[in-house]
Amino acid sequence: MKVLMTEYLRIDLDTEQWECRVCDHTIGTAAKGYKEGMLVYNRDPREIHPPILDPEKYRFTFSPDPEWVRILEYYCPHCGTMVETEYAIPGHPPLHDMEPDLPALRAQWAKREEVKEPVVGPAVVPDQGHNH
Amino acid sequence: MSEMNTPVTAKTPSPEEVALIKKFLNDTTLFLGPDPEIMQNHDLMPRTEMEDECMRKVGDAHTIAKIRDRIQAGCDEGYEMVEQMGAAPGAKWGDVITGVYSASGDLAIASAGGVLIFSALVHHPIKFIIKNWVNEPTVGVREGDGFIHNDSRYGNVHNTDQSMILPIFHKGKLVCWVASTVHEGENGAIEPGGMPSMAESPCDEGLKMCPFKVVENYQIKRDILTFLQNSVREPKLQYEDMKVKLFACLRIKQRIEETLNTDGPEALISTLRTTMENVRAEVKRRVSQWPDMTVRTYIIQDSTLRENCVVKINCKLTKTGDRLIFDFRGSSPEFTNRPTNTIVAGLKGMLAQVFLCYVWPDLPRGQAAFAPIEVITDPHSIVNCSYDAPNSQSLMSIFTGFTAGQHAVAKFLYSCPEKYTKVHAPTFNMINTFIWGGVSQHGETLGNLCADLNGMGAGARSDLDGEHGLAPIFATMADIGEQELNEEDVPFLQLVSKKMTRDAIAPGKYRGGQGYTMIAATKDSEQWGFMTTCQGAKIPPIQGLFGGYACGCYPLSKVKGIDVYDILLNEPHKFKHSIEEIMNEQPFEEATYTTHHMGMGFEISKRGELFMISQGAGAGYGDLLERDPAGVIRDIEEGLISPGVAERLYKVKFDPATLAVNQEATAAARDAERKDRIARGVPYAEFIKTWNKPTPPSHLQYFGCWGDDVAKLYMGSPDKFRDANTPRPNYMVHPKDVRIAELEARLHALGAMGGEKQ
Ligand SMILES: [Zn+2]
Repeated sequence: MKVLMTEYLRIDLDTEQWECRVCDHTIGTAAKGYKEGMLVYNRDPREIHPPILDPEKYRFTFSPDPEWVRILEYYCPHCGTMVETEYAIPGHPPLHDMEPDLPALRAQWAKREEVKEPVVGPAVVPDQGHNH
Repeated sequence: MSEMNTPVTAKTPSPEEVALIKKFLNDTTLFLGPDPEIMQNHDLMPRTEMEDECMRKVGDAHTIAKIRDRIQAGCDEGYEMVEQMGAAPGAKWGDVITGVYSASGDLAIASAGGVLIFSALVHHPIKFIIKNWVNEPTVGVREGDGFIHNDSRYGNVHNTDQSMILPIFHKGKLVCWVASTVHEGENGAIEPGGMPSMAESPCDEGLKMCPFKVVENYQIKRDILTFLQNSVREPKLQYEDMKVKLFACLRIKQRIEETLNTDGPEALISTLRTTMENVRAEVKRRVSQWPDMTVRTYIIQDSTLRENCVVKINCKLTKTGDRLIFDFRGSSPEFTNRPTNTIVAGLKGMLAQVFLCYVWPDLPRGQAAFAPIEVITDPHSIVNCSYDAPNSQSLMSIFTGFTAGQHAVAKFLYSCPEKYTKVHAPTFNMINTFIWGGVSQHGETLGNLCADLNGMGAGARSDLDGEHGLAPIFATMADIGEQELNEEDVPFLQLVSKKMTRDAIAPGKYRGGQGYTMIAATKDSEQWGFMTTCQGAKIPPIQGLFGGYACGCYPLSKVKGIDVYDILLNEPHKFKHSIEEIMNEQPFEEATYTTHHMGMGFEISKRGELFMISQGAGAGYGDLLERDPAGVIRDIEEGLISPGVAERLYKVKFDPATLAVNQEATAAARDAERKDRIARGVPYAEFIKTWNKPTPPSHLQYFGCWGDDVAKLYMGSPDKFRDANTPRPNYMVHPKDVRIAELEARLHALGAMGGEKQ
């Protein structure tokens, strides 16, 4: 059985591996963080959040300060999907952001049907209001 | 404090001795400060014998549902009264809660709208009253009494919120409490508007009302009222809203009495208790459906509002079985002389909001929804500050703590088949608005803020873009008010308002909702000014989700040395309707143009000077290369993103004149970008060899843990730190002294100090 963990990741409970949901690539053991099987890119935040004010003229420009924060981009090494971003202080070790308890996960899903399409959740619909 | 830990060395005292010591300490308490036993606890009080008996007598689900709906309607009615009649701008946009509390002080049923952060933290002052005033002969709690409160060290968010609290009796017996709370604004602090960022100690923060009696026989006591009016900048507001809150409480009391008359006190008491216990049990059941997992995240505050620095909010969220544990250890130490600290109850209140607004909005509003969820913090930290630390800008830590919670929770929800909302990227979390004060065009002294803080951009969802300028994270149903109406009362105009700020984006497969520009200029007063109290001009205050990006940064821009009203009269073509054009084109020759971080202390503004800010965007969701090209084009058409930026980031190819998408070229460009990623990305093990550093960078003033070592909290540099469990003072130097020292060093280097004696 496989559990859909994020938009781009699933865990195969039988093999205990992280897998890419876009290309089915096996990323690595679910006993460790999925990031360990990813490619990482250290992105200058000004490339994503462009300066709105002229950087030649102003100290603050609407762009993050690249000396203060970087964007770590994690890519699936097989299909190049950007699985996660992490706004990080320069030099701060990447976070082990999702650390599932695999035996507990297996026990929980033993009582459930496998879910192959993500459950989206209810839409917010406009109220009909108070009518007479 | 009435409770103390007595260090014992030689002999353990007998139970009789312990009781005697306790009695002695209680009888001789010098000062009834905030009680840690009350303030550190957010769970429900134990079921009393009385409640137990009532629940045995009245347990019928239909009766309980009927009474709960009646009380709920009464709370909503009280809420409506405060919103319609309240004088505070906060009241008008719904920064309000009204509710019914159990006899032990738990908030059982609260108004459905308004600010749900209150639901988990307005109960503490009532517990203080129960513990200290009921049996105090000089105070007492009687029918017709009302108590006021605003000091957040005794409960609540910050001392700009004032509560009116009434005990409800039935045949001489206390059956429950009602209370009404409003974000009043002005409170006599060092700066107008109630949330001073200049406060360096609690004594700079204005009125600090521990719970005390201000109403007897349902009448406000004039002597105390006069004292309170004399302590704030807005005496009219103080009086008017005390009355409004009192009458809202009296209306709820009337609804309770109707229930008492038809169904009796047992039914009421059983309803309050049963509702809370059911909600608490349901929350534990829902949590048990989540995967057992630990999720880690951190959010950075990039300023104290006085200076830029790096302040970490560290969050580890663990779910195991039906337990959910927020661990904020490793977050920054508290600042001894900066007001961005929060008491832990404030953090808990905002975390409750994650669930009540974004995860389980169907649950009845009240204290019970967050009651079973656990929170761990370091003592004297920015998220659990001490009595002596200023906290008037606690919102900074409350909001970033909220975002850490919202970000972590989303990673649990994705795989859970049972959903009550869609998985949601973090919403923007800073109150990008103008706080204002001074003397109005009508000669009135005012201090408050623009309700535009309620226009935070929402995070994207798993199948939808985020909404623009939607709602504040602390109140999903708040309004931004009518600027034209405000302008009748205040001496400034918003020359540009509600116009989306182009390119201030949070890209993703689904993009975050964006924020709008505000350009304000004073017009009809020589004694009027503004302040702004936000972080995020250097580091975004949120994180993206599942490959989506966070928002960018949001500075303050000022244009001085002009009167824009003269320009609008004489040379109107010179005025531009965006910060981008005004700052980059500099159309007014004689003006000065400057940019700043968003912690502007109160500053007097001259007629016609421009103060310009933008609301922020919520975070994006998913890989931006998966965004539907039609959505990208729509964003261009709506002025959210410029064509060049859209093409560069989203790799969408289109005709610049018609905006018609070239689907094949787009697919090719996106494939090429995916290949580029694989080429430029570095395998993780390789990457961390050069990226990871053992300590925070020395070029940043860094506060909080580094990496996973939560026992060591850095305090501004790699060689200054404290043990997480051992508090140390953490003083910041006045930014002007820092600047003077820099300039003096330069003079020294030039030998230009002029032989000044030291
Ligand atoms: Zn892949």
